[in-house]
Amino acid sequence: MRITGAEAVMRTLEALGVDTVFGYPGGAIMPAYDTLLDAGIHHVLVRHEQGAVHMAEGYAHATGRVGVCIVTSGPAATNLVTGLTDAMMDSIPVLAITGQVASTAIGTDAFQEADVTGITMPITKHNELVRSADRIRDAIKEAFHVARTGRPGPVLVDLPKDVLNATVEWEWDPDVDLPGYRPTVRGHGRMLREALELIGAATRPVIYAGGGLVRAGADAELRAFAERLGLPVVTTLMARGVIPDTHELALGMPGMHGHYTAIRALQEADLLVVLGARFDDRVTGRLDAFAPHARVVHVDVDPAEIGKNREADVPLVGDVKIVLGQLLELLDDLAAKGRGDESVPDVAAWRAHLAAMAEAHPLRCEQPDEGVLKPQTAIRAIHAAWGDDAVYVAGVGQHQMWASQLIPYSRGGQWINSGGLGTMGFAVPAAIGAKVGVGRDVPVVAIDGDGCFQMTLQELATAVQHDIPVAFCVINNGYLGMVRQWQTLFYEDRLSQVTLPQDLPDLMKLADAYGIPGFRVDRVEDLAATVEKAAAITDRPVLVEFRVDPDEMVFPMVPSGASNDEVLESAEEWHARRLAAAGVEGE
Amino acid sequence: MARDRHILGVLVENRPGVLARISGMFARRGYNIHSLAVGPTEDDAVSRLTIVVGTEAVQLEQIVKQLNKLVHVLKVIELGDDAVARELQLVKVDAGPETRSRIIEIADVFRARVVDVGLDTVTIEAAGNPRKLEAMLDLLRPFGVREFVRSGTISLSRGSRSISDGSRARIRRVV
Repeated sequence: MRITGAEAVMRTLEALGVDTVFGYPGGAIMPAYDTLLDAGIHHVLVRHEQGAVHMAEGYAHATGRVGVCIVTSGPAATNLVTGLTDAMMDSIPVLAITGQVASTAIGTDAFQEADVTGITMPITKHNELVRSADRIRDAIKEAFHVARTGRPGPVLVDLPKDVLNATVEWEWDPDVDLPGYRPTVRGHGRMLREALELIGAATRPVIYAGGGLVRAGADAELRAFAERLGLPVVTTLMARGVIPDTHELALGMPGMHGHYTAIRALQEADLLVVLGARFDDRVTGRLDAFAPHARVVHVDVDPAEIGKNREADVPLVGDVKIVLGQLLELLDDLAAKGRGDESVPDVAAWRAHLAAMAEAHPLRCEQPDEGVLKPQTAIRAIHAAWGDDAVYVAGVGQHQMWASQLIPYSRGGQWINSGGLGTMGFAVPAAIGAKVGVGRDVPVVAIDGDGCFQMTLQELATAVQHDIPVAFCVINNGYLGMVRQWQTLFYEDRLSQVTLPQDLPDLMKLADAYGIPGFRVDRVEDLAATVEKAAAITDRPVLVEFRVDPDEMVFPMVPSGASNDEVLESAEEWHARRLAAAGVEGE
Repeated sequence: MARDRHILGVLVENRPGVLARISGMFARRGYNIHSLAVGPTEDDAVSRLTIVVGTEAVQLEQIVKQLNKLVHVLKVIELGDDAVARELQLVKVDAGPETRSRIIEIADVFRARVVDVGLDTVTIEAAGNPRKLEAMLDLLRPFGVREFVRSGTISLSRGSRSISDGSRARIRRVV
């Protein structure tokens, strides 16, 4: 049967099981939008193409499925750049379909022409400019496969208008043949045994759990493995919840704004079992001072991550879910031979030490009983109101760090944020995409800053138009808070271009303009009642503004470029340290 | 740490843009390319690149891994010190009646060929390893080198083994 290229796009998406796409039509992609009318695919009409790709990311984060966005050529495609980079950095499976000017016009600087495969080459896992209609099916099928397998990531398929209009013989064929793309998913037998040997001999082991575990859906395997061997676990910003924060082995988040005990545990460890993590600089601080006593077992599906920043004593390339399954099997085999104890390290003293440390170094926040609302208190109230089952989606900055530190997460995918790229404006569209993914029964709460919120707030219209009931919580401190914190601490309080007046815009009028309920709270005594009222609204979007203490800073903090041994727990500690350093210099 | 020269042989799918993918990856990750040469292979669907990189061993491993991550890259090997490595060089030298025979003599010593003779120049074609080509150039310079051009290195391992051993079936499937 002969069909058009545009029909082939929709049939391929349907065959791949895509039921939702986020997009925005325009000139070159119009043939596809015409066939969309007859396809069994739900389309969410966004207000800016950046919103479409972040929604696709949020959808993928929350469901583990490939998020799909579709936009036209030129400026629409270039508007995807930030979201594609974000998905690349955080290994999020996204398929982007872009229109392109007719193949005959490519290279002539035609209207709305941009070299999109050229522009996105460094920020996609793969991309393809499709040159004839008979490639459409395979190009999209391969893109989908590459996006979701191995180390997931964004893949872009660029479709010239004449290719969409051409006709092609249609037949579905599910097989993918990419001779240059064969991810290794099973761990190497000898390395598995060596990993268990190192673990068995360790006295201060820690699992350094990263976002790869969330992508692999390995919550259960991680928990079984950690419990079996008694290994304490730190969860990076991308892995929050992959072991419940209430679990006795969970130490919290490591890194620049991590929990004190998690940071210290890595510094004092004699063995790191690194699972789907990449020694990001926000975790390691100064790399040569990171975990200085530790040997390293490094499991990752991307061989290039192993040895990139830190040498591994035992490199294990493979899907972390499968590798953990193999390690558990190996432990069963050893146990069957009566050698089960060999791999179980003696960690009693280590765990007692860490427990005492956690007791002595809790997160600090001094919230008065009346008046000024601390942002930390607002975050805690959000969690209390929307509960343990909700999905929480953050932007980037102080509010993100507080939301990561303070909410006890209980499953992978429950916490969605922009980790690697640090994309302000991520929360609003990503939360919308996540809500589309998880459906009616699971609440989705965007926790955003006032700076971030204004970067993508136009997507409120998308949520309203498509009836996507997300709770948008804005932590409004009237500042670009994290930049201000750095200026206060590291630039002698010289505040440069960080003021965002709390009334600009008036968020209650904004809520009104979009036709959604709006709530504002600025005193702690009104907090509980307000969030309760907001959380009771589950059938439409709601906007909640928290006017918080503008001077609050995020701690703990490891100053940028410093060793993780220099973790600060308060601003006073920083000032005391600087005075001491100045005193020493003066002598 | 020493930045040694390493020669990589890379088989890639013969597709538009594949060279841009590879050179772009080198540029954005800050890897240092000495030379890069591309050409056909015994299989129409496959091209072969020879890339000479200047790097220490740890980074070389990372370069190979990053190359392997590119979907259109089929195979990467490092060619050792014993591999056959050649470059092609064309040199246009000032040559009057009194110097022409001495220039041709130098070309002969390097087993190079005179490919063009003008009124006051000769053009010499030479193939060999970079050191030999450099040595010939040094001897020609006093006569006046008007211009010269040199290709990137191409290289094959010695003996009967080939880059596609063990992966021939898989590479053939590209077609």
